Amino acid sequence: MDATTTVALAPAPPPERHDARLAGDLAIWIFILAELLAFGVFFAAYAFARANDPALFAAEQLALNRSAGAINTVLLLTASYFVVRAVHAAEAGRGHRGARWLLAALGCAAGFVAIKLAEYAAAFEAGISLSSSTFHMFYLSLTFFHFMHVLLGMVILGALWVNARRGRYDADNMNGIESGAAYWHMVDLVWLVLFPLVYVIR
Amino acid sequence: MIRDIRSADRRSTVLWGLLIVATAFTWAVGEGGAGGPVIAALLLGVALLKGAAVILDFMALARAPLLWKLLTLGWLALVCALIGLAYWKGMP
Repeated sequence: MDATTTVALAPAPPPERHDARLAGDLAIWIFILAELLAFGVFFAAYAFARANDPALFAAEQLALNRSAGAINTVLLLTASYFVVRAVHAAEAGRGHRGARWLLAALGCAAGFVAIKLAEYAAAFEAGISLSSSTFHMFYLSLTFFHFMHVLLGMVILGALWVNARRGRYDADNMNGIESGAAYWHMVDLVWLVLFPLVYVIR
Repeated sequence: MIRDIRSADRRSTVLWGLLIVATAFTWAVGEGGAGGPVIAALLLGVALLKGAAVILDFMALARAPLLWKLLTLGWLALVCALIGLAYWKGMP
C-alpha cells in the first residue's frame, strides 16, 4: 500500500469553522455598552421632552445648520470605514498600510471637530446657550457629550496609528486594534441616531 | 486568508457607499422641511438600517456570539422605538 492510497483512506479534514468571536477585548465592550446606555437615556430624554412642546422644538430645529450635521455624519462614517480597512490590513499582515488608513481616519475626525467648533461658534454668536431654551439645552448638551467622545476616540486612533507604524498589529496580534476600532465605531453609531433625531425629525 | 480579507474589504466599501447615500437622503428630507409621523418613521427606519450595518459589519458583530448581537442591535431597536413612541405621544 503506497502513500497515496493511505492518504485516500484518511478522513477528510473537517471544513474550517469560523467560531463566533467578539472583535476586541471584553473590557472595551463592557465600556461600549455603558456608553450606549448613557446615550440611549439621553436620546429618550430628548424625545420625550420634545413630546411636551413639538412646536418649539420644530421651530428652533429649523435654525440648526443641518448641512454641517450631514457633512459630519459623512466624516464619521468615512473615518469608520477607514478604521475597518486598517483592521483588515493588519489582519492580512500589512500593518504599515493599516497605519495609513488610521491616519486618514484621524484626518476625517479632525474635520468633524473643526466643523463642530464652527457650528458652536455660530450658535453662540446667535445667542444660543444652555439656558436659551429647552431645545437648545438638549442640542448643546447632547452634541457636546458626543463631541467629548469624538476627542477621546481621536486619542485612541492616535495610539493605534503609532502602534501600527511600529508594526505591532498582525493576524496574531489583533486585540488592541480591534478594541480601539470598536470604540470608534460606537462613537459613529450613536451619531447615526443623534443626527436624524436632533437635526431632522420634526 | 488574503482572499477572505479582500472580499471583506469589498463588502465594507459597498456598505460605506450605501451609508453615505442614506445620509444624503436624510439630509435632503431635512432640507425639504417635511415633518409628520410618516417622515419620522422613515427617518428612524433609515437610522436603524445604518446602525445595523455599522454594528454587523464595521464592528464585526456579524461574527460575534449571539449575546453581543442581541445587546447591540437590541439597543438600537429599543432607542428607535422609544423615539417613535415619544414622537407619537407628542402628536396633537
